[in-house]
Amino acid sequence: MANWLRISSRTVANHIKKRMNKGFMGGAVHVNQSSGLWWGLNRGGPVSDRNGRHRDPLAWNRATFLCVQRFKSTLAEKQHDSFLSSDSDDDNQSVDFPGGKVSYTSEMSFISESSQTRVPCYRVLDDDGDLISDCDFQQVSKEVAVKMYSNMVTLQIMDNIFYEAQRQGRISFYLTSAGEEAISIASAAALSEQDIILPQYREPGVLLWRGFTLQEFADQCFGNKADYGKGRQMPIHYGSKKHNFFTISSPIATQLPQAAGIAYSLKMDNKKACVVSYIGDGGTSEGDFHAGLNFAAVMEAPVIFFCRNNGWAISTNVSEQFRSDGIVVKGPAYGIRSIRVDGNDALAVYSAVSAAREMAINEQRPILIEALTYRVGHHSTSDDSTKYRQLDEIVYWKKARNPVNRFRNWVQNIGWWSEQQETQLRNSVRKQLLEAIQVAEKTEKPPLSELFTDVYDHPPSNLEEQEKHLRETVTRHPKDYPSDISV
Amino acid sequence: MGLRNIIGRRLGLGLVRRRKPFSTATCDGDGNGNAKSINLYSAINQALHIALETDNRAFVFGEDVSFGGVFRCTTGLADRFGKARVFNTPLCEQGIVGFGIGLAAMGNRAIAEIQFADYIYPAFDQIVNEAAKFRYRSGNQFNCGGLTIRAPYGAVGHGGHYHSQSPEAFFCHVPGIKVVIPRSPRQAKGLLLSCIRDPNPVVFFEPKWLYRLAVEEVPEHDYMLPLSEAEVIRQGSDITLVGWGAQLSVMEQACNEAEKDGISCELIDLKTLLPWDKETVEASVRKTGRVLISHEAPVTGGFGAEISASIVERCFLRLEAPVARVCGLDTPFPLVFEPFYMPTKNKILDAIKATVNY
Repeated sequence: MANWLRISSRTVANHIKKRMNKGFMGGAVHVNQSSGLWWGLNRGGPVSDRNGRHRDPLAWNRATFLCVQRFKSTLAEKQHDSFLSSDSDDDNQSVDFPGGKVSYTSEMSFISESSQTRVPCYRVLDDDGDLISDCDFQQVSKEVAVKMYSNMVTLQIMDNIFYEAQRQGRISFYLTSAGEEAISIASAAALSEQDIILPQYREPGVLLWRGFTLQEFADQCFGNKADYGKGRQMPIHYGSKKHNFFTISSPIATQLPQAAGIAYSLKMDNKKACVVSYIGDGGTSEGDFHAGLNFAAVMEAPVIFFCRNNGWAISTNVSEQFRSDGIVVKGPAYGIRSIRVDGNDALAVYSAVSAAREMAINEQRPILIEALTYRVGHHSTSDDSTKYRQLDEIVYWKKARNPVNRFRNWVQNIGWWSEQQETQLRNSVRKQLLEAIQVAEKTEKPPLSELFTDVYDHPPSNLEEQEKHLRETVTRHPKDYPSDISV
Repeated sequence: MGLRNIIGRRLGLGLVRRRKPFSTATCDGDGNGNAKSINLYSAINQALHIALETDNRAFVFGEDVSFGGVFRCTTGLADRFGKARVFNTPLCEQGIVGFGIGLAAMGNRAIAEIQFADYIYPAFDQIVNEAAKFRYRSGNQFNCGGLTIRAPYGAVGHGGHYHSQSPEAFFCHVPGIKVVIPRSPRQAKGLLLSCIRDPNPVVFFEPKWLYRLAVEEVPEHDYMLPLSEAEVIRQGSDITLVGWGAQLSVMEQACNEAEKDGISCELIDLKTLLPWDKETVEASVRKTGRVLISHEAPVTGGFGAEISASIVERCFLRLEAPVARVCGLDTPFPLVFEPFYMPTKNKILDAIKATVNY
């Protein structure tokens, strides 16, 4: 079991609560300052009585958060029993139904479509970067904390420079992580490099953490011959075998059922590793979200489903995306243990992913994490988000709830980071990036032959024939084709 | 699920109606060693046993496969190889294929069953956007070549809209996957083993009409038949007929009838539709000067159109008549009208005569 700390903080809890409560779209979310999950973990057993009868609408949430013992199907059944039953149940009357016993009740009671209060959001740092009192979290070493912060800054600068490069017409497309830097960096920091990543597309921070170089990022965005994807995909569709980071594809949520299959393979090989699959709030509406979570639950596959709920799927607000209390509540319906975390709090994300990883691997089960965050940038360079959302909303999240600033305050207050280091880092990263872009721009494009390779393991005769014809055409009409691709 | 299950079993048991038993006239399978007379589903079952036995990283999964499957193709596998390698999945085709892609991407042989080809469409995105592009988009860093998707396809006499479809043409439009359809038990076993061991994702459609109806001697040993190689299963000189799967038995009957009228038909089993063996078809058409293509799927946009265009491109001056297509109608697959919808023996025979007498 990891070393979980309980820290007393100077911060006034009510103050944080007030600020966070007005914060998130779709309604106020309560800050869960003393997360019960860690109580359960620290004290070595579930606190709740799984067989108890609850009338409290929050009971099931508590059960979800508190119960850390691996439940078998019968235990799951007991949990449901406790969620749905009331004191008036006739305990002697039950039906032996496939999946477990279900008790009868004479009370016609529909399960409420929602609980009265939203599922609280676990966090460790307040908006000013101070540790919240009585908070359970996984301590990070100075080395890890500094690397986390440095990576967050690097990601910010990379986003700024590549975004500008797109605006200058040097690359065709870009998509920033602005506002969500803590999620990809802190979640990556909590994982082992053997853990396999199935990304959506707004998690380049994971690759950065694992050592994908700025040059490698630039090469992909410029689609040159050093790009592992051989210039075949749009910018930001990174992939790196050596970093256990599967190549990004644009379709939404398709990676989730694949994650279940990969995790099942890890399970069969008795690997001490898990799969982490990222997705946005919009992606949870896709059928593959359902398929992925259900398969992972049924197959007892070690997957962490990490949902970045950033409030917006391009222009579609979460209020137009689903009627549930976000994503976290969907986990229990699949039999998946779930937590909601403040995605702009790097320490909370780190702690939640550390705990999720341990449970996923040790108990061979999927875990769902919903991180509340905000897409501060436009969806991509093809989008202007001021057309559909208020500027003050963007500014609020960019300034008051900035995850990078918040984490900086913490590392700086603790004495691990200084103004001088900040300046040095920013200058150095900027310089490296400008160099990387220059090199990537000068590096030649992949040769024409790469158009035809890798469709299959070997090109079939139709592709050989088409390549031959194409080369003849290019010879006849060289001006029709880009001169920087060697034929 | 209940409905599908029941219909599946019924279809499996009630196959025999208008189709005559069909057995391969020639066969690529090694004739040596022991061979027993078995039907097509048993041949598939043998291939799956061999696949699991010869590779401990092979998995078989899908809806209801654990108890043997609604067509009995997976009988005995779970008992022999355990529930970890042969298992039921939730009823979710996109989940089955997505899960299979993930499994295959880790170096496993993922043999996924879609209970009916009619239900493969929810998995279309996973097949087209994911499986087919997995290698290409990663620059060959990753691949899911170990994935084989098996699905029973085609008419069965009483399957109606949703237990009769032949969706092969959709998948033949997708670079990166292979599409394979066997015509008989011996072919099914050898081709399925090739598909499972091929380093590319494959969609393998099984003619469910023939599951019980087609019986022939199938070698008991482990053998594979080459992909992307068509086979001339009947030599002839007046016209070339091209088909695949269950339709070949109908076409062979038409060839026999035509022979009585003195028309010599050459019959080709394409076997692999993507990437397909143009050369064998072209060589035959150069010899006969005439070609007829027949499939159960609707004629418009069917794979026959692709063959037709390719042959016209390659053999235009040699053709002595327009390319003939005898296919399903451009309607949903109908229940009581099935005899009208189908590319039957006499429709083919008429087209043979019309083409030869053009």
